[in-house]
Amino acid sequence: MSNAIHLHYEVSGEDFTRAGEASGLVKKTLKKLGYNSDAIRRVAIAMYEAEINMVIHAEGGYCDVDIYPDRVEILLADKGPGIPDVEKAMQEGYSTAPDNVRTLGFGAGMGLPNIKKYTDDMRIETTLGVGTNVYLTVIVNS
Amino acid sequence: MGNYFHSVELNADKCCGCTNCLKRCPTEAIRVHGGKARILPERCIDCGECIRICPHHAKSAYSTKIEEIGNFKYTVAIPAPALFGQFNGLDNIDFVLTGLKKIGFDHVFEVSRAAELVSEATRRLIKEDKLKKPIISSACPSVVKLIKIRFPELCDNVLNLLAPIEVAAKIARREAMEETGLPTEDIGIFFITPCPAKVTEIHSPNYAEKSEVDGAIAISKIFPELAHAMDHLEEVEPIAQSGLLGIGWATSGGEAAAMLGDKYLAADGIENVIRVLEELEDEHIRDVDFIELNACSGGCVGGVLTVENPYVAQARIHNLRKYLPVSLNHIDEGKSLDDMMWTEELTFDADIFRLDEDIIRAMEMMSQMEEIHKGLPGLDCGSCGAPTCRAMAEDIVRGKAKETDCIHKLKAKIQSVYDQLKNTI
Repeated sequence: MSNAIHLHYEVSGEDFTRAGEASGLVKKTLKKLGYNSDAIRRVAIAMYEAEINMVIHAEGGYCDVDIYPDRVEILLADKGPGIPDVEKAMQEGYSTAPDNVRTLGFGAGMGLPNIKKYTDDMRIETTLGVGTNVYLTVIVNS
Repeated sequence: MGNYFHSVELNADKCCGCTNCLKRCPTEAIRVHGGKARILPERCIDCGECIRICPHHAKSAYSTKIEEIGNFKYTVAIPAPALFGQFNGLDNIDFVLTGLKKIGFDHVFEVSRAAELVSEATRRLIKEDKLKKPIISSACPSVVKLIKIRFPELCDNVLNLLAPIEVAAKIARREAMEETGLPTEDIGIFFITPCPAKVTEIHSPNYAEKSEVDGAIAISKIFPELAHAMDHLEEVEPIAQSGLLGIGWATSGGEAAAMLGDKYLAADGIENVIRVLEELEDEHIRDVDFIELNACSGGCVGGVLTVENPYVAQARIHNLRKYLPVSLNHIDEGKSLDDMMWTEELTFDADIFRLDEDIIRAMEMMSQMEEIHKGLPGLDCGSCGAPTCRAMAEDIVRGKAKETDCIHKLKAKIQSVYDQLKNTI
């Protein structure tokens, strides 16, 4: 596909303090490209939340980001335990995050609801014991 | 691109073309070409980090000469509270204020007095729910400029109240005109500044068409003469009218504390400031109403035009505040805040960092940048004159540098030419 910029990031599950690096780099790239600031903010927040999820629940994975003139598509893929009940996970306040993560201010059960709020399309493919793919699209209104 | 005034200047004779300032600049606004550092004016935020780091003292800040006060019939010094932290053993700021009069100013008005008014106005606006939260302080001009060129989503959060220096200048001018009957052009208002950013701000303000301040004299420039005058005072005039809230603005956390609330955050040092702004933009910082940001470590006492170690100055400011009343300056109830508000809006300057206005073209450039970047050594050594390999790739795509500016690339090229020649012989 022409006119697309493809970015790939490995997200380490070993170092929690590095979570959020990939979304930070995507934000930087979008700013350089001159995307409108609202779209950049939505991408940065949604991707950050998804990245944190990947680190908390699935010991990391990878992100593929495709930047088009009119939209940004993001895939976050992990080989974690999978989500047993997606509908429940989408509810505000529902969380299975462990206590050590909660003490850092995460695990409020707002991850997936926030991702949905800030994106124009969100799709979750998950298989228990195999992993989860989260597909996100943010439409850019110029 | 418009005209940019900057107070940070380069003395080309002293510049040896090393990479110290290049690597330190927080907005990647410096390039070294032809063995001399150059500032990209549209990116510079006048934070003064390059002045601080340069081992050859090739960078300096333009500021007003003391003799220039002779151009006015009546002059008022408006000292930044950071000035009070510069003197050993000082327990009464009237020594400093009387000293300023002794070296030639007709009158003195402390900026810390206006700071108390700004704090009170901010508290009132918060109470009336008229500000977008979290409110970001607009007192540090480097921070305001940084937001203007890098953080579009935060422009509306910047407090649109004039900084204390400007409020002080307005009041001082009005009082001077009443006192002397002189027209405004005969009255000179001079800020005694801890930093170059304030010098720049009064030349080309974001908040109004024109500043009320006529000149900004560096603390470091006035210090020797002032210290001498203070040592030879016959009497000390009772001039000071600042409370502890106003004096506290000299150090990081002072302005935030003057909000008298508990949902505030204060960050200092330009790298920390950038980190906070990034997190604010991503909405990671929540439950905070007021954010104070200072480009210099320690706050204004850390300004590059001060003379004392910022932490020593901070300790002195802390001592000076002891036993002072909380605040001595108040806004009459019911009085409009209109003359303290910005008359210009803070708008994002989109052109500074984006690759191109046309998004398709920008994407092509980004792809080229990625390709070029892959071929660079990734050492971020700065020898090419750009701060990082990525910045270098961007400069090449923008047509401002060529690949052989990279000494490692050049070396490889020479090697291959050499190898070819060797084979032909």
